[in-house]
Amino acid sequence: MLSQYIPVLLMLVIGFGFAAVTLIMTHMVNPRVKEPIKDSVYESGLPPQMEARLRYPIRFYLVAMMFILFDVEVIFFYPWAVVYKKFLTYSSFIFWEMVVFIAILFAGYLYLFKRGAFKWE
Amino acid sequence: MSVETLNVIIALVKIILVVYVAMMVTDLILILAERRISAFIQDRLGPNRVGPQGILQPLADGLKFLLKEEVIPNHVDRFLYLLAPAIILTPALMTFAVVPFGDQITTYIAGHLVTIRFQIADLDVGILYIVAIASLGVYGLVVGGYASNNKYSLLGGLRSSAQMISYELPMGLAIISVVMMTGSLRLQDIVVDQFGMWNIIRQPLAAIIFIVAAFAETNRLPFDLPEAEQELVGGYHTEYSSMKFASFFLAEYTNMITASALIVTLFFGGWHVPFLHQANLPVLWEQIIQILAFVIKTGFFLFFFIWVRWTLPRFRYDQLMNLGWKALLPLGLLNIVITAAVMAL
Repeated sequence: MLSQYIPVLLMLVIGFGFAAVTLIMTHMVNPRVKEPIKDSVYESGLPPQMEARLRYPIRFYLVAMMFILFDVEVIFFYPWAVVYKKFLTYSSFIFWEMVVFIAILFAGYLYLFKRGAFKWE
Repeated sequence: MSVETLNVIIALVKIILVVYVAMMVTDLILILAERRISAFIQDRLGPNRVGPQGILQPLADGLKFLLKEEVIPNHVDRFLYLLAPAIILTPALMTFAVVPFGDQITTYIAGHLVTIRFQIADLDVGILYIVAIASLGVYGLVVGGYASNNKYSLLGGLRSSAQMISYELPMGLAIISVVMMTGSLRLQDIVVDQFGMWNIIRQPLAAIIFIVAAFAETNRLPFDLPEAEQELVGGYHTEYSSMKFASFFLAEYTNMITASALIVTLFFGGWHVPFLHQANLPVLWEQIIQILAFVIKTGFFLFFFIWVRWTLPRFRYDQLMNLGWKALLPLGLLNIVITAAVMAL
């Protein structure tokens, strides 16, 4: 069973190795001339104003929260989807079960919609 | 030599052939194709001086990236700044591992009967593997944007992470309706299941949702908000130069290849060629034709990516979020209900 994953492991090692070797190789090959102006923050040629790590809109945090909520629901669908076809030959209970699940999920979606979670301006 | 070591050697050869040779050569071809096709669409010539018809242009570009000065500014978080290009490139290369690019052949190698599958890793949970690894790419963008300590980079990183996680949901929902039809998460099973009829005909809505989400996941126009030049200069890679800059683009093109291969595998029959079985060709020829068919189908979608990029304008950020959350997500749920209902009837 686990031997399926040996190629994946090899792929990880070779993939990361490729990235690392290319980056280290260029680091050794290319020229470098230190100059104070090169080290400054790029801000379209103007002197940089303030720190870059400012407070950013709460909306991004909200999107991350909603993603976690919905992604967990999507993960719940996978085992259901795999057995769906086989289970249908016994009874249609599995269909109504998922209709109820989607209805509850959609109610939550409508709640978020009404509270203006999807509003971007 | 035991069968196990032989299998590991075969896996290594496949990885090197697929990752290094096929993917890198396709990346190089894509760089040239992007520039030539954009030139054609905008009625200019494009690069045609280096080699005949400019075919050596990508090599010249690569050499330039290698030899250009690498600026590491003082204000960056050095460790994360150097790590980000590697983080973004690794998952991009790894996702291709489970995509089947052909069937399988059985031959004798060193006295053992070995089955060579035209797929690097034949995982039972192939689709889940892809969803899991592909979402790791977000870390590269966020870490790169944060470590650069630059306003453009930070905003670009934030935007791209919000965009990519928003479009992962409809993508997952579109995949679920395909899994329902097949009853398996293995990609090879999904291909075999499409022998009668391709999924594009059985699941047109899922195909459209998946293709749109794939564009957003690869940060291509009309969804390239993270690097909107007019507002964010270069987005998350503003402070990067030399090969580190190039590795962000290499990752983008590699993601494009994987996305096209996935669209083909899930909705366009993978390596399947209709009516090929009736031709009664020798097994080897059949396999070669199937691999070629996969390459041609994937090539078409790569061309489609470039075509769309130079045809459509960029979305505004609120339009992008509205499309993801208010259109694609409910449509994906609706599609699951419809598929389930039709199958239950």
